[in-house]
Amino acid sequence: LFFEQLLFFVAGIGAIAGAVGVVTLRNPFFSVLALVAHLISLSVLFLLLSAAFLAAAQVVVYAGAVMVLYVFVVAYVGGADEDMRHESTGWLGILGPLFALVLLVELTIAVVGSGLSVLDTRGADVGAGFGAPGQIGELLLTKFLLPFEIASFLLLVAAVGAVMLARKRRGLEEPPDTISVADLVRSDAGTQKEAVRG
Amino acid sequence: VDISWFVVLSAFIFCIGAAGVLTRRSPLVILLCIELMLNAGNLALIAFSRMAGNGEGQIFALIVMVVAACEVVIGLGIIVAMYRRRLPIDVDSMSELRG
Repeated sequence: LFFEQLLFFVAGIGAIAGAVGVVTLRNPFFSVLALVAHLISLSVLFLLLSAAFLAAAQVVVYAGAVMVLYVFVVAYVGGADEDMRHESTGWLGILGPLFALVLLVELTIAVVGSGLSVLDTRGADVGAGFGAPGQIGELLLTKFLLPFEIASFLLLVAAVGAVMLARKRRGLEEPPDTISVADLVRSDAGTQKEAVRG
Repeated sequence: VDISWFVVLSAFIFCIGAAGVLTRRSPLVILLCIELMLNAGNLALIAFSRMAGNGEGQIFALIVMVVAACEVVIGLGIIVAMYRRRLPIDVDSMSELRG
């Protein structure tokens, strides 16, 4: 189908352009916006792969909620322009892109060059309910019940950790003998220079 | 569109994200690049799920999204804590875990 190919190339170019924008833009705020564009392009690709529920979740959860969190933190920390002259210092600035290029060549050889003829298909024939919320929910609550529960527990742990990390330093009274995450963020542990130099 | 196109696109995006992690120094941008890499993995998982014709790869992708959200929350919390302590927002000068 011609329209499908056109949509694939438009969304693919959008995804790659967004990814390049995330890496190359100097202002972190614009990086976040480029990532939003990238995520929306990716959700179009998910729709082409008939994963309707995941496309919706991508837009709502990622491009909506997570990116809003990023924007808040960038605004809070102050998204000053990074100094790109100091960005690539010494051998690290040369080796970093080099490693990425080597990885790309390796992955492309692995995907294209290995003659995986099974990849040259349009995929199996699937019905209309493929990737719909019904199928995802049924799989999550039957076959993948344990990962589902572990994921919910992980979300709980992350929420508690975020509250501990981000609360005010002297906001709550706490017993001094307990060792907690708050020790990591306490201000009276040392000066800035000691913290940087170790 | 063949499945291989999606897999090659996913490899591209993964490598762009890896290049960002290796070259940028702001932890905010590094977190964004990790998001890129995770999303590339998600694209490959969904492409393989479409190829196999069952929805199990999509469950994998969903779990990856959950883990990515947790990682973002903790990472941004650490960045905010760094900012509160007036530490430089720079991964090169933050080379130790000890507070």
